[in-house]
Amino acid sequence: MLTSSLKSLRRLGTAVALSAFSLALPAHAQDAVTIGYAVSKTGVNAGGAGITTIPNYKLWVHEVNQAGGLKVGAKRLPIKVVEYDDRSSSEDAVRAVERLITQDKVDFLLPPWSTAMNLAVAPTFHRYGYPLLAGSAVTERAPEFAKRWPNSYWLLGTGSQYAEALVDQLTSLRKAGKIGDSIAMVSIADGFGIELATAARAAFQKAGFKLAYAKTYPVGTQDLAPIVTEARNLNPDVFIAFSYPPDTMAITDQARVLGFNPKVFYTGVGTAFPLYKNRFGANVEGVASLGGIDANSPAVKAYIQRHKEVTGAEPDRWASLVTYAGLQVLQQAIEKAGTLDRKAVSAKIASEEFDTILGRINLKNHMVPNMLTLGQWQNGEFVGIEPASHAGAAKLVFPKSAWQAGAAAR
Amino acid sequence: MFIDALFSGITLGGMYALVAMGLTLQYGVSRIMNLAYGEFLVAAAFCAYLLMTGLQIAPLWGLLLIVPVAFALNWLVYSFLLTPLVRRTRTRAALEVDSILATFGLLFIVQGVMQVTFGGNYYSYSYLNEPVRILDSVLALNRLLALGFAAVFGIGFYLALTRTRLGTAIRAVAVDPVAARLVAIDVRWASALAFAAGGALAASGGVLVSMFLTFNANMGVIFTMKALIVIIMGGVGNVLGALVAGLLLGLAESFIATYVDPGLTIAVTYGVFLLVLLVRPTGLFGRAAR
Repeated sequence: MLTSSLKSLRRLGTAVALSAFSLALPAHAQDAVTIGYAVSKTGVNAGGAGITTIPNYKLWVHEVNQAGGLKVGAKRLPIKVVEYDDRSSSEDAVRAVERLITQDKVDFLLPPWSTAMNLAVAPTFHRYGYPLLAGSAVTERAPEFAKRWPNSYWLLGTGSQYAEALVDQLTSLRKAGKIGDSIAMVSIADGFGIELATAARAAFQKAGFKLAYAKTYPVGTQDLAPIVTEARNLNPDVFIAFSYPPDTMAITDQARVLGFNPKVFYTGVGTAFPLYKNRFGANVEGVASLGGIDANSPAVKAYIQRHKEVTGAEPDRWASLVTYAGLQVLQQAIEKAGTLDRKAVSAKIASEEFDTILGRINLKNHMVPNMLTLGQWQNGEFVGIEPASHAGAAKLVFPKSAWQAGAAAR
Repeated sequence: MFIDALFSGITLGGMYALVAMGLTLQYGVSRIMNLAYGEFLVAAAFCAYLLMTGLQIAPLWGLLLIVPVAFALNWLVYSFLLTPLVRRTRTRAALEVDSILATFGLLFIVQGVMQVTFGGNYYSYSYLNEPVRILDSVLALNRLLALGFAAVFGIGFYLALTRTRLGTAIRAVAVDPVAARLVAIDVRWASALAFAAGGALAASGGVLVSMFLTFNANMGVIFTMKALIVIIMGGVGNVLGALVAGLLLGLAESFIATYVDPGLTIAVTYGVFLLVLLVRPTGLFGRAAR
């Protein structure tokens, strides 16, 4: 009884929240561009959306409006934002997106945060002809989705891109005789962890690595000590965790406390967050993860600086940059099309080249070509390692130095 | 490996118990099913974070400040928000339903305030995160400390409730508020006291877990849910029961994670929960309800 009344209360709460928002809607007139988005401001996804998605939307809108607005043909139109909280529920997200389209009549939509949310809203974006530039969705089926929904772009790529970058690096280490065959891998039993672990398993098998330990743990696990202890007891050269931010923190913490020092230490989402560096100080040196930046690129440096100034926080070194690049693509496509007509803009997104903080890119493959997929903390910056052909890619520091006692930043 | 699993289970269980003890007082004695419990706990964690990073006040000293404030705040919540409900309702069951509705609203208020102040981001800091070696097993000092506090609070409250006059009065209210009034116990005062003490326990739990958990403004419900399982398993209103149930859950999770599969930890939590309820429907230390 408790749960059912809770559920109906939750619904009621959502309805009230939505209707309260609707009162503040601007009248639709073409003296402005209306941009709408539904993103998780509360609920389990709020932690991720709060670092990767929302600050970048704020930054972008701020920058465009400071410059006088979006250039549409000869005019500059300021951006007006309509924002909803999807409360980390995919039904709410879909409902909010439909409302943005049918009632608020927004000109363009920005994507939600996370793989699952983007998959949930993709059909709605498609049905109403809105382009979807998903900057925080990793999915193996990106190419398939791009076919099914032709205006959807999966900028963060597929799980195997990340897994293969890691395996490439490990294969060359093994060839040089620096590591053995055995690997310990743990992953969270949720969208991202399952995608990545599946892709990694296949890549390891192909490369002839042995998984000495491969376990999953459920979302919300509050003590990862048994897992890290067991991995340590096997004494592997390589430890990999496809984890979410709270577990990334807990696993790193536990490894440090236990004095577990594998030669390669790789953790999941959260590693590239500024929070990680704040928490572990000098101990971040050598920790590897997904993503990474080209630390020499002036565009990236300027972006980090602006992000800090406008939002008051540093961006994460992975999906933040990709999310922002997606916004740049949308802006430039509108400018190139010279109209707010979504068909014309979509055609530009599909065919043109864009100047972004990730470099000059096209989205003909519906993904970002040549994106950094493996990074490592080196001298206090999370730099990209793979693909090695990428501009500014650094060399992997090997082996990762042992944890120091009490080296937290605060 | 056995020792590792044992100690890791005990420290995890200590954390569960610590988180649950306050709710068992609030629900067991005051009959307030406080759905905003986890939010108050997380709010205390944020206070500890602010004291630590802003003023360099260590969480253990922060306890001295945060716990009395939480006590006072919870007293106020009880007197202004919940007393009208208590006055209005005729039966205990009705009070439970009303308090669920009222504290559900409170949940959103507290969560909203934290959301506005801190955003949805994760917060985390490092304190006493040092390895301690016991019988060849390595544990983090901060988790060990949380376990110590759980044991002290659990046993302390148990003794206070069973060995003192005030404790006896509070237990009398828990058993039968009408009869308690007949023997000149100020029921409303005792209920407020139990609610405030529960809130203070929640705050100390929040401060202690903030030393090793990464948290954000939306995590309250996770703690409320875990606390609910622990208190129902331990017997509603029984602080020692919460301690035992918490440890039991922690050990079960840790042994399953070590010897079977870490993927089954949540399943085993509910498995143990069901088993206990099948054998003892009122919880491990619960009295038969009428």
